[in-house]
Amino acid sequence: MSLMRYAEALNAALREEMQRDPSVFIFGEDIGRYGGVFKVTRGLMEEFGESRVRDTPISEQALTAMAVTAAMSGTRPILEIMYADFIPLTLDALVNQASIYDYIWKGQVAMPFVLRTQGGGGAGAGAQHSKALDAMLAHIPGIKVVAPATPADAKGMLKSAIRDQQPVVFLEHKLLYNMRAEVPDDADFLVPLGKAATVREGEHVSIFATSRMVHESLKAAEALEKDGISAEVVDLRSLRPLDVGTIRASVAKTNHAVAVNEGWRFCGYASELSATIMELCFDDLDAPVARVTLPDMAIPYSEPLEMAVLPNADKIRDAVLKTVA
Amino acid sequence: MKNSPSIDEQIEMYRRMIVVRRLEEGLGALHKEGKTRGPIHRCDGQEAVGVAATAMLRETDLVTSTHRGHAHYIGKGLDVYPVIAEIFGRDTGYCGGRAGHMLIADASKGMIGGNAIVGAGIPAATGMALSNQILGNDNVAMCIFGDGASQTGICHEAMNMAGLWKLPVVFVLEHNKFGLTVPTAVQSPVDDISIRAAGYGMPSVIVDGNDPVAVYRAVAGMVERARRGEGPGMVEAKTYRWEGFSTSDMGGYQTPEEIAAWKERDPIRIAFAALKGEVGEARLTRIDEEASEEVRAAFERALSDPFPAYDYHSASAAYSEVN
Repeated sequence: MSLMRYAEALNAALREEMQRDPSVFIFGEDIGRYGGVFKVTRGLMEEFGESRVRDTPISEQALTAMAVTAAMSGTRPILEIMYADFIPLTLDALVNQASIYDYIWKGQVAMPFVLRTQGGGGAGAGAQHSKALDAMLAHIPGIKVVAPATPADAKGMLKSAIRDQQPVVFLEHKLLYNMRAEVPDDADFLVPLGKAATVREGEHVSIFATSRMVHESLKAAEALEKDGISAEVVDLRSLRPLDVGTIRASVAKTNHAVAVNEGWRFCGYASELSATIMELCFDDLDAPVARVTLPDMAIPYSEPLEMAVLPNADKIRDAVLKTVA
Repeated sequence: MKNSPSIDEQIEMYRRMIVVRRLEEGLGALHKEGKTRGPIHRCDGQEAVGVAATAMLRETDLVTSTHRGHAHYIGKGLDVYPVIAEIFGRDTGYCGGRAGHMLIADASKGMIGGNAIVGAGIPAATGMALSNQILGNDNVAMCIFGDGASQTGICHEAMNMAGLWKLPVVFVLEHNKFGLTVPTAVQSPVDDISIRAAGYGMPSVIVDGNDPVAVYRAVAGMVERARRGEGPGMVEAKTYRWEGFSTSDMGGYQTPEEIAAWKERDPIRIAFAALKGEVGEARLTRIDEEASEEVRAAFERALSDPFPAYDYHSASAAYSEVN
């Protein structure tokens, strides 16, 4: 084990997989000479050269389409899209290309590519650099969407994503890059995609959270202890496919559920979770599922305004108190 | 002449153009009988581009096509029977009826694949070329695209990277004078779209798209360059779409005089004239008869083939059951 920042864990995953498999290459804006705006790709161009670590023009639309077909023709591309807010530029490649070919071509070609991006607010980056577009991505059948919340998961899930035969959208969070924790050094340390992690056991309520909201949920759970409420926190990790086994088991134990996601409320990921829990766990529920989300509006810049819209531990605690009341 | 097709290659191109023509005519007739499903985009009159541009490629060279790709499919060596079966949604089609006529792929022949999003084939071929370059092989990727697709933003992004990185990709512009029902003159400030290639640092050439030998020569030169690692090139093949945008097109925007003038320059007739002195009319007539019979039989067989059974695509599932 090594104490590593989340960004360093991602870097280690990229380095190890590029060493292991010469068909892995990475490309994106600022990722080569500069090492990535969040320093995730630091040092890789020096180690692997300018062919396998490519600085690109600002061309998200074509880059994503090229990742799809490069993956179809013998390589394992990893594309960095700097901010999730630029995901709308990539949507033809995801919605009309990557997601359909395995089915309509009867598995003739594999598509092992990873689209890495980071989303979420809290850094004062404004309305075009702060969004969590989880729902927009997880809506698409045929691609996987994952969102690690810890350095260990960042490493283990990125390695799994690179080795996966399907397209994987890998969602990082700008406020998690500096988080430090122990990370296994094993070159074959893999965290499976499609499996949630119960990060805190509890009895009275299940909080299902994604990405940075896992840590806000853990803070809320601590505060709730003082209210006499034992909260279970489940880090979903994989947004699609969603581990409904863990969700069922947790709700069967606590009979209350809160869905927490940093995206918008209407048609959002928390809405999908809420509907899924109500469909699958209705008999176990003692109260309607509560949602904690961003309000349905643009993300403001000024710090007090941004903090007012972001979901946080206090809002999660309030939602739990209403649900278990 | 260097890069010229051999007589055998010319005969095979002639045969494949007949296959495509009979395919298009058959689809047109069956559409009138109400037997086709969805829009079908015919390429009558444009056969020389798809057939001749792909004739010098290897199976390991990858081609991306358009929504009007029948000549590209047959040119790249796909068999007409499973193409027809796919168009009729049959289990025996190339993709088991899941893809339809616009999205056919046969990876074993390097056709991956048709694309019904106009312009999407351009970055697709560019990405395949990127893969070839990183793997260090000498395969090339070819993008056959239309003048409509050349107006998309993604065309600029992809060609910029192809030129920048000297990727082994050949862009074959099948300039058929219409994007949807709108003439190129109403869509583009320039008539010769290939002049844009200069902006991407790649050579380009304009060629008579109805002359298969001319198309072959021009494209073969660009393919050889790309294979040698000298980067991308563009061939603008000037041709004309005889039929409407699709089988649902009511027409009226193409003048009879213009269509008649282009039919005078029928690529099959041009190929016939070029070969007649070499191999004799009788042989060409026999090839025509055999190709026509092959397509007729393929229609008959495909139309009596079974439909596929529905099976959910579990790899698309939203849920994993863990625990």
